[in-house]
Amino acid sequence: MQSETKSRVDQITSPAGHPVTVLRFEGDIASTSKEAVLGTYQALPKATNKLILLDFTKVDYINSSGIALVIQLLIEASNSGQKVYAFGLSPHFVKVFTMVGITKYAGLFPGQAEAMAAL
Amino acid sequence: MSERRTTNVEVRLPSRMGFEKVAMSTAASVAKLMGFRDDRVEDLKTAVAEACINAIEHGNRLNEKLSVGVILSAGEDSLEVKVIDDGKGMKNHPSKPDIDRKMHGQEDPRGMGMFLIQALVDEAEWVAGTNGKSSYVRLVIRLDKDAG
Repeated sequence: MQSETKSRVDQITSPAGHPVTVLRFEGDIASTSKEAVLGTYQALPKATNKLILLDFTKVDYINSSGIALVIQLLIEASNSGQKVYAFGLSPHFVKVFTMVGITKYAGLFPGQAEAMAAL
Repeated sequence: MSERRTTNVEVRLPSRMGFEKVAMSTAASVAKLMGFRDDRVEDLKTAVAEACINAIEHGNRLNEKLSVGVILSAGEDSLEVKVIDDGKGMKNHPSKPDIDRKMHGQEDPRGMGMFLIQALVDEAEWVAGTNGKSSYVRLVIRLDKDAG
């Protein structure tokens, strides 16, 4: 019933010259998304992926279990000395992420261009 | 005295994760028909989805022989949603998640559903059913809130 979460990894360089790893998600982010969210992140070598950008542009539905997966990703990233940013959330989910405190540990940007300009 | 009219819509969901989206879509359709702003419809969608997830997972314990009832009552200026399950009801009141404690492993990363429900609607109450069954959460969202 829940639409499968797809994920893709892109390696790009910020205008400031920093390598950035973009995790692009598509579909629902829910309890069934563990492999797509955490699995994809955990497959990245920690030493060479210091800036992580989460792309939610093609995500329509995020529930509390999906938010918990994002928090688990933030915990692992924090423990590995990585910085995480996100973009593409709808205004509603920007509000929800702010309400639960995620913005304290992951900067949110409207789009990829704004995020890249800040990195 | 003018007569107050209420229109009811009922949905019955199987206790299977994912079917909360059926209730979410139905609630959104009713709210749009009533004239709620888009941002309030989004608030309602998340609150209804989380209420149904709690009912499916904690109330009915994913038992597909049990169903979750969703009753939407559209009044003149508010929409009430009752989500009913066969559990004993929620014992704990929703608490605000502490992101610092979650980040430091002192709090479960999960457990935000009740907080989101309470934060996103105008009224939320959890009612334990008599005989330990038919518990429900009742949500109310008002049409004129922050109208502008």
